[in-house]
Parts: sequence; structure tokens; C-alpha cells
Amino acid sequence: MIKFYDKEFSSRLLIGTALYPSPAIMQQAIRASGAEIVTVSLRREAAGGRAGNAFWSLISELGVTVLPNTAGCRSVREAVKTAELARELFGTTWIKLEVIGDDETLQPDAVGLVEAAQILIKDGFSVFPYCTEDLTVAQRLRDAGCRVIMPWAAPIGSARGIVNRDALKLLRARLPDVTLVVDAGLGAPSHAAEAMELGYDAVLLNTAVAKAGDPPEMAKAFRLAVEAGRAGFKAGLMGARDFASPSTPVVGTPFWHAVS
Amino acid sequence: MHVIVNGRSTEIAAKRLDGLLGELDHEGNHVAVAVNDLVVPRARWSATELNSGDRIEIITPRQGG
Repeated sequence: MIKFYDKEFSSRLLIGTALYPSPAIMQQAIRASGAEIVTVSLRREAAGGRAGNAFWSLISELGVTVLPNTAGCRSVREAVKTAELARELFGTTWIKLEVIGDDETLQPDAVGLVEAAQILIKDGFSVFPYCTEDLTVAQRLRDAGCRVIMPWAAPIGSARGIVNRDALKLLRARLPDVTLVVDAGLGAPSHAAEAMELGYDAVLLNTAVAKAGDPPEMAKAFRLAVEAGRAGFKAGLMGARDFASPSTPVVGTPFWHAVS
Repeated sequence: MHVIVNGRSTEIAAKRLDGLLGELDHEGNHVAVAVNDLVVPRARWSATELNSGDRIEIITPRQGG
């Protein structure tokens, strides 16, 4: 089991709801992923529009927990206001906090992120901040009261996998009591397994499944990879070595020492 | 009365927030609303009077990552 704030879950895979070829495929992929938490956003609805209702009924059918995001926000003010609307709209204090600082990389604005997290936590929110792998920023977020922290593997939608493995390892080692989720930049199931092998508590992804040739099959592949990576971490991975060490016993090798 | 709805200047007849939502055909929609940056809970829609120039955001759930 894994705990996000005060709620327990069995799945360690969180999945996004965007970019799927169709609503039906989105539902199939989410079901195949085994995810119990899905990310959603909130947007303006034009007069007479029903897009929000249609999407919301699809999500409601899945019986999952929703994690609203503040995607697209570029300032503390926008992010806080969006979080307040999300709390009203979805009836949850959970918020995936994004404060974007750079349009090319969609890199989080570390300063704005910490400030927004402080404001929202004081206001009773359970904040899931999307951040970079920077240790000191993560420490500030923890000090602000974030019990979940979500560093990127690589820029959103880039599918590059874990770019800065050493920094992610350091985060895990230095923040043992924080629920750590690798969020963004994963492209292949092996990337998710790697994150879990590093001791991360969960992974959050969207594009890698939504843009796959067969999203439900890819969702299943990620589910299995997350389970495999977690099992591997729990089993205790051996350390890497520079040189060979024979696995087959040397003693008793036929013709051993027979040739001079 | 002239207000700004989702960033667009809009002429409305309604005097209160619940009336505005009806006028803009949002009845029965799963929406959240902010007036001048402050969220107005559903229970207070009918008691919320609108003023000329108010900025109103009408928000619904969408796909997100």
C-alpha cells in the first residue's frame, strides 16, 4: 500500500487524462493501467458548452480519485486562484501544483512553486508540487509542508526518461519520509521501472501512454514495469561492479590446472 | 449590464450569479465560478449580486496531465 496524504492506495502508477486518441481509449487505458489516481485540469467553458460535463461523466465512471492540476499557470497568483477553483469544482483539497517558469522546457519556477505551496498549505490544501530534481528546492517544499513531492525525470512530454539519475537518487536518500513521485518525461516502461528501482514511491505519466500506438497495451506495460521496479527495489538490488565476477563456481572446473 | 465572462466582454440581463449561469446556458453544468478572482461556492450563487464590470470565470473539468 502507498499513502498520499491521508489516503491509501495499492497502485503506484498515477496517470493523466490528456492527449488520448478518443475518450473510449482514454477509459480503456486508465483501466488497463490499474491507476487509482488520475490527473485532470480545469478550463473555461463557453456559454452553452457541455465539454466539461462529457469529460466529467467519463471520469466519474472510472471510480478513481482525481488530482486536479494547475497546468498552464505561470505565476503564484494564477496557480493559487486555479487551485481554489479546483477545490470548489472537484470537491478535493488535493492539487498538483505547477508553476511554469520557462515555455521551452516547461521547467517549474522554483521560487514561485515554493511560494505558492506555502500559501496553499496554509489554506488547507494537500499539495503535490511538480518540481525539478533540485535538492534544495525539494527541501523547501518539504519544509513548507508538502508530504508528496514530484520531481521530473525530463521535460514534460519529452519521453527521454531519467536524465539526472544521480540527483534523483540523492533526493530519495535525503528525503526518506516524503512520498516521492517521478512525474514527467518518461517514455518507456523501462524508465518507470528504473524510477521505482531507485526507491521512488510512484510514477506519474501521461503522454507515453496516450501517444503510444496502442494506449491500453502501453498502460498495461507501464503497470507491469512499475510493479517489477518496486519488487526489485524491495528485494534489494546488488551494487554495480567495475569488472567481471564469475557466477559459475571456479573450483572443480574440468581440466582445471591440467594444462601447464 | 456589461461584465467580462471568461475574458470576453458580455452584455447580460441577469442581476445575480445564478441568473447569469442560466442566461449563458450553464444550467445543470458541472462548473465552478469565480467573481473578481474570488471563488463563489454553489450555495451562494443565488445570493451573489453582479455589478457592471465584474470579471467572471466559469470553469469546468478538462483533460490534464
